[in-house]
Amino acid sequence: MAVLARAPGAELEAAGALLPPYTVVRGPELGLVLLRGRAGGTGAAFNVGEATLARCTVRSDAGYVGHAYCLGRDLRQAELAAALDAALQDPARATAIKAAVIAPLAHAQAERRRATAERAAATQVQFLTLATGRS
Amino acid sequence: MTPGFANPVLDAQACFRCVLDAMARPGTMHAVQGPADTGLDPATAAVLLTLCDADTSVCSQIGDKATTIPWLQFHCGAPIHSADQAEFIVTDQLEWSSYGIGSDDAPERSATVILQVAALGSGATLTLSGPGIAEATSLAVAGLPDDFAAQWARNRARFPRGFDVILCAGDRMAALPRSVTVA
Repeated sequence: MAVLARAPGAELEAAGALLPPYTVVRGPELGLVLLRGRAGGTGAAFNVGEATLARCTVRSDAGYVGHAYCLGRDLRQAELAAALDAALQDPARATAIKAAVIAPLAHAQAERRRATAERAAATQVQFLTLATGRS
Repeated sequence: MTPGFANPVLDAQACFRCVLDAMARPGTMHAVQGPADTGLDPATAAVLLTLCDADTSVCSQIGDKATTIPWLQFHCGAPIHSADQAEFIVTDQLEWSSYGIGSDDAPERSATVILQVAALGSGATLTLSGPGIAEATSLAVAGLPDDFAAQWARNRARFPRGFDVILCAGDRMAALPRSVTVA
């Protein structure tokens, strides 16, 4: 689900052909969620702000109900992610979809994260060298 | 799990308008668009989707509980309570003494009963009079208990306390607010 929630709708579109027929039960629709965070010494929860969220619920013709909540305003992503969630609950389809859709998406996302981390790591500044040089 | 309104905002507004008109003019029938295949009549489902949300407690005594209650909770987010504590009761069998009737100080705390009947526009004729009706009007309802008029008189007698009834059948609805007199 986390992989689907992070995948842009355009990347999920390719999976559309693998999906069994489904009916939309609710949405896809946009809304706001209140984000909660913790900071400071005591760690008490506070409201960071609100974020836009797209959500959708579908029922596949086999009777599985899939839900998806995705940050952002991509309604198509929410609908496809919900349909994939329903299809993944079907034991007859789960393995094929995991291999054909989830694994490549997870790999691409890990790759992007790694590339970003590498770019950031190259700009790291070692403040400690200043401190040690003074002593 | 089946869908709710096809167009949640506009359909709920249209249905709310019908509920307002039906309450203001008791005995008038209104056609409402509601979702099919919910286990409830389309009108019953539409009224529930329109009136219930996370702030209103609901008691469901109708249909297959294994499908109706999850459907109601999914689409309305309404908490489920017992009949004597719920603000909305959806049923096909009136239990006159088990619904909240409010108090003289706060009559608005009473329950609203969404009563699904066999048919509206055919069956036994009720003669209605009271606020919102010029002199008298008639409403044909099939599927009401035989002692309905007598029991309703008791509900009417304790005004301003008492519960209101919304009658639903198929895609039609009508309302009997507590102020109406049934003969």
